[in-house]
Amino acid sequence: MTVRVGWSATAPEFAEAAKVSLRNAQLRRNLRNATDTIRAKRARVVNEMPDWEALRQAASDIKAHTLQHLDRYLLQFEENVIRAGGHVHWARDADEANQTITKLLQGYAAKELIKVKAMTTDEIQLNRALEAHGILPFETDLAELILQLSEDKPSHIVVPALHKNRYEIREIFIEKMRLASLGEEPNDLADAARLFLRKKFLSVKMGLSGANFAVAENGALVVVESEGNGRMCLTLPDVLISVVGIEKVIPTFQDLEVFLQLLPRSATGERMNPYTSIWTGVTANDGPQEFHVVLLDNGRTHVLADSVGKQALHCIRCAACLNACPVYRQTGGHAYGSAYQGPIGAIITPQLQSLHHGESLPYASSLCGACYDACPVKINIPEVLVHLRGEVVREKQSHMSGRLNAENVSMQIMAKIFASAKRFEAAQRLARMAQRPLARNGFISWLPGFLGGWTSSRDLQALPQQTFREWWKERSRKGKNHA
Amino acid sequence: MRISLFITCYNDTLFPQTGIAVVRVLERLGHTVDFPLTQTCCGQMHYNSGYQREALPMVRMFAEIFRDAEVVCIPSGSCAAMVREQYPQIASESGDQKLLAEVEALLPKVYEFAELLVKKLGVEDVGAVYPHRVTYHSSCHSLRGLRLGDIPLRLLRKVRDLELVELPDSDQCCGFGGTFAVKNAETSTAMLSEKLENIAKTKAQVCTAGDNSCLMHIFGGLHRQHAPTTTVHIAEILASTANDERTTP
Repeated sequence: MTVRVGWSATAPEFAEAAKVSLRNAQLRRNLRNATDTIRAKRARVVNEMPDWEALRQAASDIKAHTLQHLDRYLLQFEENVIRAGGHVHWARDADEANQTITKLLQGYAAKELIKVKAMTTDEIQLNRALEAHGILPFETDLAELILQLSEDKPSHIVVPALHKNRYEIREIFIEKMRLASLGEEPNDLADAARLFLRKKFLSVKMGLSGANFAVAENGALVVVESEGNGRMCLTLPDVLISVVGIEKVIPTFQDLEVFLQLLPRSATGERMNPYTSIWTGVTANDGPQEFHVVLLDNGRTHVLADSVGKQALHCIRCAACLNACPVYRQTGGHAYGSAYQGPIGAIITPQLQSLHHGESLPYASSLCGACYDACPVKINIPEVLVHLRGEVVREKQSHMSGRLNAENVSMQIMAKIFASAKRFEAAQRLARMAQRPLARNGFISWLPGFLGGWTSSRDLQALPQQTFREWWKERSRKGKNHA
Repeated sequence: MRISLFITCYNDTLFPQTGIAVVRVLERLGHTVDFPLTQTCCGQMHYNSGYQREALPMVRMFAEIFRDAEVVCIPSGSCAAMVREQYPQIASESGDQKLLAEVEALLPKVYEFAELLVKKLGVEDVGAVYPHRVTYHSSCHSLRGLRLGDIPLRLLRKVRDLELVELPDSDQCCGFGGTFAVKNAETSTAMLSEKLENIAKTKAQVCTAGDNSCLMHIFGGLHRQHAPTTTVHIAEILASTANDERTTP
């Protein structure tokens, strides 16, 4: 089994990738404006809720309960989908999911399909797999369409083209839709996309979606969206395939009451999202007459086995943590090198992939905790980040080159120093001597090696002549009044 | 009251004036301060960097040193949050039931400095005088870890001659984050730049906080930019009186 999350296998590590966006002043302005706007909208509709904390707790409890009994709820969901006339396929990893979907489409002799925005398909890189078999997927979400036309990657879970401004989008549309002219107002751009997509909605017979929720008790799937493109893709085609992560299942229809209050408020700052589509299997003469669900594992059962990390599976993909994150605000989403960006991406990607290609992500955080506060399902992201750092370190310490790594050696020395006050005092005296060649007028502006990361942009106060404990001892010797 | 001081390793080494100020304030309020010389570090740097195994002996040391304390005062939001949030987890994961019991018995007696003054000692006016324009940075672990809310602001509002100006986006991280500042130096610097822009808007002479690690980071940026604002730990402001020599903050 090979778990793959988007293109993370080929992505550079976070600090390196972040440099690209940090040097793009326009991108950083776009990011600040966009995240400020969404955060302000979210704050308005969250603060008006008297029972927000109770809702968060309820959501967290429902998710924890479901994960505890995931086997049972998944089988119940499968049984109910089949009973309602649908087909259920199980996929262990990205390759298996892609093969299943390709075979299904080939069975229907499909050459094209229309897609609702679906995180799982970014995760398994479905479009690329289909194109390799000569099948053309058309993204119908406006932002996904922009990215597909410009061969770009998503940078935000809910607003995937957040890094592009409207002038850039206009250029893409003119070139790729072969338009003679196009205005630059948002309405002009939306009109162009609408005309372009309308033809696809009416002609393509295959639809593909993900799902926000999968209801075990009746086999219903739920898609929450804003543009109505989802409603088109879910109702117009003859055949519908939905790729759903196994953690999306919830026990009962009534549980939606909790999540449908939390999700739109957290994601787009709306009390209710414009389109919520709920369907169960197949209904004669109404909507797609063939319906398939692909239940995707791709590392999720591995995450479930980790008592601290499994809370990441609570995620409802609202992206409130991205909008709240001061790191994401500066770097944008591409630095995370994954279909999942921001704080949640920093814990999901490395966990799904058992750390492979994701070792730098748990460190892409100052542990400020803003993500935890924003999370509608109470995922303690800082806790998981620190837990994953522990795994990275343990892996490093399991081989000789990792043990000799400068960071590990420094940490071991520091641990020895902190183990005894005598050693600590000696180290304080030694540091005071060692800094002499570096300190000028009480400040240090240059440090060697990896510590240079600090002094490249910040000065450091030199160590004072007396430590606190030296002052305390002196005062105890001379008596309080001499202090 | 007999108050045991856990100074924290970086205050001890880099910011002794903060510790001296804590002692001054607490003694001025009529309390006795005790400083056990066997203390070193809370283990936060190791723990947060992924060296959890290495942090365990520091948890043991802390529990041992302060076992019989009446109250423990920590003049650092992040170290206090480390003790309160992580110690029970570390002790529990170690499988050492005795340590866990000790930590759980100790925790209700552990306070961050501002929290100690307001919540435990019931004081907001500590008799300080500080004739400067001051802005307050919330510090993530004081705000979201310890949930101090407006406790530090209540203390600052009672300081005579102090002009308190609100820091825009005070709750945003300054970008320090321990080893994050070095591992992701460029991102950390970008976060700091935004903090410095907001500080400049306040035209404050002093940016204060309950955590010298944030202040060291903010000061590092201010000093590099030759900015007119400096940083001072809240304890030093609260320790100031009319008798202090006063030139620049």
